[in-house]
Amino acid sequence: MSHLFPKSANRLPLQIITFLVVFGGIVTAATTYYATPKYTRVGYAPIQPVPFSHALHSGELGIDCRFCHSTVEKAGHAAVPTAQTCMNCHSAVKTDSALLAPIRASYESGDPVEWVRVHQAPDYVYFNHAVHVNRGVSCVECHGRIDQMEVVTHSKSLSMGFCLDCHREPAPSLRDPALVTQLDWQHPLGKEGQIADGEKFIHDWNINPPQSCSGCHR
Amino acid sequence: MRYVYLVLFFVVVMTVGALGFRGSISTKPPLEVFPDMDRQSKFHPQGDTAFFADGMTDRPIPAGTVARNMIVGDDHLLLGRDADGEFATTFPASLDVDRDFFNRGRERYEIYCAPCHGLAADGKGIVTQYGWGLPANLHSDLIRNQSHGEIYNTIANGKNTMYPLGDKIDPDDRWAIVAYVRALQRSQNGRIEDVPASHQGELN
Repeated sequence: MSHLFPKSANRLPLQIITFLVVFGGIVTAATTYYATPKYTRVGYAPIQPVPFSHALHSGELGIDCRFCHSTVEKAGHAAVPTAQTCMNCHSAVKTDSALLAPIRASYESGDPVEWVRVHQAPDYVYFNHAVHVNRGVSCVECHGRIDQMEVVTHSKSLSMGFCLDCHREPAPSLRDPALVTQLDWQHPLGKEGQIADGEKFIHDWNINPPQSCSGCHR
Repeated sequence: MRYVYLVLFFVVVMTVGALGFRGSISTKPPLEVFPDMDRQSKFHPQGDTAFFADGMTDRPIPAGTVARNMIVGDDHLLLGRDADGEFATTFPASLDVDRDFFNRGRERYEIYCAPCHGLAADGKGIVTQYGWGLPANLHSDLIRNQSHGEIYNTIANGKNTMYPLGDKIDPDDRWAIVAYVRALQRSQNGRIEDVPASHQGELN
């Protein structure tokens, strides 16, 4: 009976513990890496019914964001433009383009073009565009360089930590509200100038971003 | 024991192979763990619904109703017309035509008008380089001689090949744009009398 287990069985408990530590470490690392909006949301670039290029319209032509997303300074949501907005120009430009057929059909019928939403906060988050834009938080802070995107891509995580980083320390993300739609704008005096200006805006306009739950969740 | 770690390594490689890396481009919607919390059964702006026949949550304003903050009955402010129904030649009394008003007009003009009419209002906006025909030159005699109300009406309701912009620009802002267009027109049509008498001699 004294040889029921081989001698190597003496090492087994230590080997099992070592394996569990390694396995646990890998699971933790995988969860940290994958179970976050930095993985689940960033890079989302759905195929749209019309291959609208922000790089062309916003970047190359320099059309202001608010020409199309005209409610952004007044409402909680930044409206997706009507087909009539497109027809302002496309009644005369590329009138035969097959790619624009859904726009013309929508303009004729009044049925909206079914754009696929890219940036979508969960329904228990009450995000308001107007209050951010009117206090000098640029579009680029949450949406990235839309003016360089052929296809709109989710470029920031928009996780709760992402919101709170800025709500705790808004100075690096505040600018003159007249500049919010200039996505390539950098403070001419660099980072220090940006912080100094940001602190000034926080003081002058009494900016106090909520960090309590009810600030964003009702 | 070595086989256990080989299997584990294989599983890790498979997982990374299947899930990829952060930030990789995907056309698939983001994974949501509690979809009934993330997407609740409520109406959103510009959302869709099966409840209404047209499938839209945004509803047209019912006839005969007045929304909060909606101004009604001020034809001068809202239509650009005076009491006789003619295009108004003045700005509505409710607006302060001051420096802030012009600056607001400039900002709005550069957003909504400049792509076609150009920053200098000469009708040479960026779209003319992309196949758009000939946007109006706002310094032409035709438009310089139009009343404030007529320009307001063009902004709100469009004219010829120009589509209406009233859905994007509020009445106050339309008037601010009219004011800024007047300023631009004046800038291109300066007269010697506009220069203070003490400086006129310097220009000869």
